[in-house]
Amino acid sequence: MLITASLFSDLTIVKMTEREERRFAEVPRESIKLMAESSGVELSEEVAALLAEDVCYRLREATQNSSQFMRHAKRRKLSVEDLNRALRWSNTETICGYGAQDALPFRPLKEGELFFVEDREINLVELALATNIPKGCAETMVRVHVSYLDGKGNLEPQGTVPTAVQSLSEDLLKYYQQITRAILGEDPHLMKVALLDLQSNSKIAALLPYFVYVISGVKSVSHDLDQLNRLLHMVKSLVQNPYLYLGSYVRSLVSSVMYCILEPLAASINPLNDHWTLRDYAALLLSHIFWTHGDLVSGLYHQILLSLQKVLSDPVRPLCSHYGAVVGLHALGWKAVERVLYPHLPAYWANLQAVLDDYSVSNAQVKADGHKVYGAILVAVERLLKMKALSLTLAAEGSGAGLPGTTTGAVGFRENSPGLSPPPEPLSEPPLGIASHLQAGGAGCPWEEWTPVSLPAMYCELYSFFGDSLAVRFSTGPPLGGATPPGPCQPLEGRKEPASSAPNLENTRKMPQLTASMNISPRRDGSPRMEPQPPSLAATVPGRSLARSSSSSSSSSVSRSRSSSSRPGRSTSQSRDIFPKARFPLPQAGPPAFSFIIGGRQMGRRCQGRRFQTSFTPTPPLTTHPPRAYAHKLPVIGRVSKPVRRWTCSHYSLHLPL
Amino acid sequence: MAAVQDGPMELDAEKEAKPEILSDGTSNLSGNTASGTLSSSPLTAAPAGGAPKMEDQQTLIAVLQFLKRNKLSESVEILRREAGLGEHQEGSQATDGSGGGKGDGDGGDANSLLSRVSITSAAAPQSMPVKSDCIINIFRCDLPFMFMLSEDQPDVSVVLSAYSQQGDPPLYQVYYSGLKNFIESVLDCHRAELSQLFYPLFVHMYLELVYNNHETEAKAFFDKFSGDQECYYQDDLHILCGLTKKEHLKGNEVLLDFRTSRFVLHISRDSYQLLKRHLQERHNNQIWNIIQEHLYIDIFDGMPRSKSQIDSMSGSLAGEAKREVNKAKVFYGLLKEPEIEVPLDDEDDEAENEEGKPKKKKTKKDSLGSKSKKQDPNAPQQNRIPLPELKDSDKLDKIMYMKESTKRIRLGPENLPSICFYTFLNAFQGLTAVDFTDDSSLLAGGFADSTVRVWSVTPKKLRKVKSAGELNVIEKESDDVLERIMDEKTASESKILHGHSGPVYGVSFSPDRNYLLSSSEDGTVRLWSLQTFTCLVGYKGHNYPVWDTHFSPFGYYFVSGGHDRVARLWATDHYQPLRIFAGHLADVTCTRFHPNSNYVATGSTDRTVRLWDVLNANCVRILTGHKGPIHSLAFSPNGKFLASGSTDGRVLLWDIGHGLMIGELKGHTDTIYALKFSRDGEILASGSMDNTVRLWDSMKAFDEVETDDFTATTGHIHLPDNSQELLLGMYHSKSTPVTHLHFTRRNLLLAAGAYNSQ
Repeated sequence: MLITASLFSDLTIVKMTEREERRFAEVPRESIKLMAESSGVELSEEVAALLAEDVCYRLREATQNSSQFMRHAKRRKLSVEDLNRALRWSNTETICGYGAQDALPFRPLKEGELFFVEDREINLVELALATNIPKGCAETMVRVHVSYLDGKGNLEPQGTVPTAVQSLSEDLLKYYQQITRAILGEDPHLMKVALLDLQSNSKIAALLPYFVYVISGVKSVSHDLDQLNRLLHMVKSLVQNPYLYLGSYVRSLVSSVMYCILEPLAASINPLNDHWTLRDYAALLLSHIFWTHGDLVSGLYHQILLSLQKVLSDPVRPLCSHYGAVVGLHALGWKAVERVLYPHLPAYWANLQAVLDDYSVSNAQVKADGHKVYGAILVAVERLLKMKALSLTLAAEGSGAGLPGTTTGAVGFRENSPGLSPPPEPLSEPPLGIASHLQAGGAGCPWEEWTPVSLPAMYCELYSFFGDSLAVRFSTGPPLGGATPPGPCQPLEGRKEPASSAPNLENTRKMPQLTASMNISPRRDGSPRMEPQPPSLAATVPGRSLARSSSSSSSSSVSRSRSSSSRPGRSTSQSRDIFPKARFPLPQAGPPAFSFIIGGRQMGRRCQGRRFQTSFTPTPPLTTHPPRAYAHKLPVIGRVSKPVRRWTCSHYSLHLPL
Repeated sequence: MAAVQDGPMELDAEKEAKPEILSDGTSNLSGNTASGTLSSSPLTAAPAGGAPKMEDQQTLIAVLQFLKRNKLSESVEILRREAGLGEHQEGSQATDGSGGGKGDGDGGDANSLLSRVSITSAAAPQSMPVKSDCIINIFRCDLPFMFMLSEDQPDVSVVLSAYSQQGDPPLYQVYYSGLKNFIESVLDCHRAELSQLFYPLFVHMYLELVYNNHETEAKAFFDKFSGDQECYYQDDLHILCGLTKKEHLKGNEVLLDFRTSRFVLHISRDSYQLLKRHLQERHNNQIWNIIQEHLYIDIFDGMPRSKSQIDSMSGSLAGEAKREVNKAKVFYGLLKEPEIEVPLDDEDDEAENEEGKPKKKKTKKDSLGSKSKKQDPNAPQQNRIPLPELKDSDKLDKIMYMKESTKRIRLGPENLPSICFYTFLNAFQGLTAVDFTDDSSLLAGGFADSTVRVWSVTPKKLRKVKSAGELNVIEKESDDVLERIMDEKTASESKILHGHSGPVYGVSFSPDRNYLLSSSEDGTVRLWSLQTFTCLVGYKGHNYPVWDTHFSPFGYYFVSGGHDRVARLWATDHYQPLRIFAGHLADVTCTRFHPNSNYVATGSTDRTVRLWDVLNANCVRILTGHKGPIHSLAFSPNGKFLASGSTDGRVLLWDIGHGLMIGELKGHTDTIYALKFSRDGEILASGSMDNTVRLWDSMKAFDEVETDDFTATTGHIHLPDNSQELLLGMYHSKSTPVTHLHFTRRNLLLAAGAYNSQ
């Protein structure tokens, strides 16, 4: 009996057996045995079989009993609550933890034949201290309307929205008309007022469907950037209104926004139209909607990713669509980039390359678009690498630090003013279980279990596409004490830093490693993999600036040991893979005039290597000029048509092709 | 209505009421129960035979023995005195009973009775003045849910022991297919009737196999023959197919229903003779035993019924109703309206002012008045059940009602009502029940989050009465004292009533709008004051979810029904029920008072509608024909007809006087949760989960049916298949399931439901 009860509550392993004479689910005896073992009971085959059958029967019985609660609640959908009530009335313990409204993904484990419902840990502290208290539902109210007068109803088809506007109360109708007129009208001042009101009015819940309908009109004004912008602003206002419960309208809003991000708008035919900004804005808006209201619709994240992926993998789509997909992914966070963009990059690269390598005049416009896409991808992967590195450090230190990466994401999300500034990177998953099968386990989860690509491997791969332009960008971003110019992530990092100094010190040190790695001397470059550096060296070089100015060998060892220490269980040789690509002339050979290559190769790719190479002659003593400074000066990426050999060191001038 | 705040009730009165319930309320069933426990040898006893006196006494003795064993000496004394048994008699009989019982296979009567009764006495108060009938009867009615109560369930085996007799398991299929072949070979006119046997035989044979641990045979049997059963038994078959072990039989409610009640079949004498001859020729004792033990064949003289006639009546959990059950006289007429001195002048003035057609008004009014003065021959006596006296405010309300009814729109197929839809927005917590007051001024909603919310539908806001301290200050003699006692500060459009600890499944306003009833999953019915918006009483008694509650049209009384399979009649000033209506084989899902307040109709998951007499708690009608749980009931305003709606989307119309089905309204595609007749009864409105309101021509439906005594006795009903003709209109809501329907006094149709955005 006891076992039965515990089975009942632990029943996560249910396997369907396709036996014809039965029309219901069965629990296999293996599962019973497993569960018994987990509670320390050894079961014989016979007992397990009997128990399995009994459990099935009890399950069916409970389900049958629960259906009456559903019927009396006048619902069509059987809820967890119904089952729990049936259990309670039959003196069985209820099952806790399944009351969430989102669908619980039932996942198989790749290694074994194990199926389970993902049950992630919830950080109660964070939940309790969160300032983004979930919006309560709007107040329950009763609205009356005459549906059918003398038995003759409005014969228009039911369910379409605009006809129903007439059934609104007069003031609401007026409000609706005024607001839509103001927002879509010419007067920017009026529009601002209207948007502000939309953002703060607490009584417009009844109008929500109509506004959503208006917004869904983006498809009809795709030629008019201005209107599109206004509609997006309207979305933003609605999303920011704290009194509105968007419910399933989120889906509709998201689809409108996605339209602006992804579609080859009529407005983008004219190159003079700045549809890029519109797409950027829409992408930011998308991420904002997702982060604030994503929990309203289950599987939203997954759907968004899917549609973005579809666009990205469709070579027929124009480049502006691809651009939208990339910025969309970027806005959704680095994990989205890692999940979708990164695996697609090799395939996509070939297409982009073809565009960029076409110098014909007719291609000029397309090529310009191509550069846009290129830039967007670069920004996205750069953030991906940085955040991944950061999260790895946090993950390693997570348990000690108390609030692992999640905090950062939450803080960022909270303090972010959406749509106006780039949303900070979410370091963790979305707050609730949205399409969690697409995402990493909790911040505390070991990455290795599900991440196919380790950071070094990823860096290598990306480096093969972007070359040193990637590496150089790295030096610009991270906040390095006070000396660094503020990079895109600066605000986020800055906020974090005072909170917990010890781990963040590590973070800040983590970034320059990549930069410093470029100082690897060719002396060891030929065979860096076979030369594991003694980790003891790490201790000798404590500071970052010291590392930069010190000899290349020591700095590279620092980086190596750092990365290895930050990821326990990873071999040092793996972690060294991050840095073998940048090649420098021997410092000893050191005439003050040497070159800095920003070059990329693609090993083993079918497409031709594309190199963005920039060379410059730095002013003599290298030690006084950290490479970062140069990198920062590189505003533009040049390219050469001639492939570079692996170890060649060419001199190029700085191109400014754009 | 008597004030409920009065405080403690008179316990004495309560005790007096109780025996009455027990003895009267259930006696009509007792005969069969007694005979059910006694098996007679096959082929000799008539199926409907009553219990011999001797057996009766044996039962009594068994009860006595049990009481003695448990040292309930007081009860023993009472029982002995009432039954008139001597002590010596008891001793000798007891040995007789148990000794004789052990011998044959179906025996053990005394023992089984003993253990059965143990259940009863565990639940019933010990000082219960009992007649033996009552005990067994209570056992019969309450048994299923008592099993849910008791953990160890020691007595299930006794209940099931009837299955212990067994034939050769592999032969079951032979028996069954033998009968099947026979039935298929008989004349068409008999085939339909005899086909009724298939389902109950199938079920009992299957259960016998399961009970005797022939799992594989049971499965094979099920797979082979389950396809032959009527489609409307699918739900039960689904549950049955999951039962494969003897252990499962314990505590399964559906199974217990099969066992504890006899499946009733109506078969014409000719067909029955045919069957009997066949079974005798084949010496098919197995099947004959089952028919004897578990089936009740109601034989009638006359033509065999056709397939469609049978189908329209069958479908309930325990077959059709026995004919004699529905023979009791039902006083379905309306009570005489009390004479109220209507200030005629006032009204006429008003009428003139408003409409300018005083003449017409007056004639109408007169007709109304004269109607109310004539005593309906079918009406119960005015004082058949005591009704609360009219208060001044009630009289005022009656006057208002009369005024309103003069302005009523006469509905008909040509003149359909306007529909107003009250949509509950943002009801994410789940709207489960709705009710309007009769004058359509208040709206109450019960929610799954245990709250009850009351809205004012008129511009008049809801106000609480001032606190006691403030009330003292008020001058009580002033004219507007009623206005003064209200606290203006609390005025709001809606009020929330907290108190329940489970979803609220039923709400009902009192006719005087001072009280609100709510029934909940937590097993209580609560009475709320709409003056103070606080809970006044929690009526505990059901102990299981209470699915529905309904106020009497005269106030004071109310009825509730729940998962414990009984409906209870309460008075607002008694904390214990006045009557217990026991007899349903499954949950009582909906309850309605008859307009004359003398009867209560209940719908149940056992797919029957029952009508109960409030006076003596007798079941006076059992209406079968629904194929799914019944979720809505409505009496026609003249009290003659009843409409019931079920999960299968059909509305059935019943003639209460004859106890006959007179119409079937097909069209809805989902559960019907709301039914309401228009104020004059011309139109029946039905609201369903399929987001539609449908209007039906009830006048036509009632007129077309000729009900005479012949059809009443044999059940040869001819249902015209005219749903499409009767359907006057179908109206879609905006993805809002219709939870409640209400006709205002002027025949405007109000519908209510929660908007469902998914």
